[in-house]
Amino acid sequence: MMRHISLVLVGALFGAGLALSGMLNPSKVAGFLDLFGVWDPSLAFVMGGGVIANFIGHRIVTRRAAPLYEGGFNLPANRSIDARLLSGAGLFGIGWGLGGLCPGPAISSLLLVPGDAVLFVMMMLAGLAVGRMLTSGPAARPAPQG
Amino acid sequence: MVIDFANFTPFASLIGGVMIGLAALLLMLSHGRVMGISGILGGIVQPSDRSDVPWRLLFVVGMLIGPFAVIHLLGRPIEIVPNTTGVLLPVAGFVVGLGTAVGSGCTSGHGICGLARLSVRSAVAVGTFMLTAVITVYIVRHVV
Repeated sequence: MMRHISLVLVGALFGAGLALSGMLNPSKVAGFLDLFGVWDPSLAFVMGGGVIANFIGHRIVTRRAAPLYEGGFNLPANRSIDARLLSGAGLFGIGWGLGGLCPGPAISSLLLVPGDAVLFVMMMLAGLAVGRMLTSGPAARPAPQG
Repeated sequence: MVIDFANFTPFASLIGGVMIGLAALLLMLSHGRVMGISGILGGIVQPSDRSDVPWRLLFVVGMLIGPFAVIHLLGRPIEIVPNTTGVLLPVAGFVVGLGTAVGSGCTSGHGICGLARLSVRSAVAVGTFMLTAVITVYIVRHVV
């Protein structure tokens, strides 16, 4: 039971962090990306705080033999820097810059601004499905990281 | 460079960021999973294994309710101002989904998690999507 409740609680902590940080506000995200306009550096603090907290804890957590509720840690094995990585990340940046929403904030704002967010998320899920179909060939599909 | 002090929220953003990092850490501690949202969603829309879907859905349920805790504590709604309207919004959504599926990650997976693991692959991905996002915003706000 706790193994299921913990997932909801951790998801809620993530959603609350997104809400407090300003990541749910597309115009604030664009204000951060607008380096050549009037620049709002706030989101550098989101990324900095998130990476540092995770960096410190990750070393302690993965020293364990296994996570609390699973048999082992599921860490990405793919290290290749190839055309697929660059084209995918490049495309994502274009969509992020246009809409001001990345996947996490798009989901967490679904119940706050129903109209816009629902349309964005439906198209995002369609894009995810198409992208996975395009990239799942005979070669093994690498473990998604994000 | 001109700093937008009127909208600058260093403390709320830092605390929110630490909460996001702690969530990533707790998901690794409890279930041994990378907190990458595009990957978590991708495994729902196109599961490679049916038994792999429930944990993803439970996490998404949490993501939906989390913001309401902040609204309750702050006692005011969260400011949400759209960056684009009309046909560009669904186009942006589709491109975000397509790009994160092809590039195996987004801001959370490559950013918060990949950078914390000192993954060179993720650092290259973050540099790439930051660059194209900055160029896109430049074109939309200052050229078109």
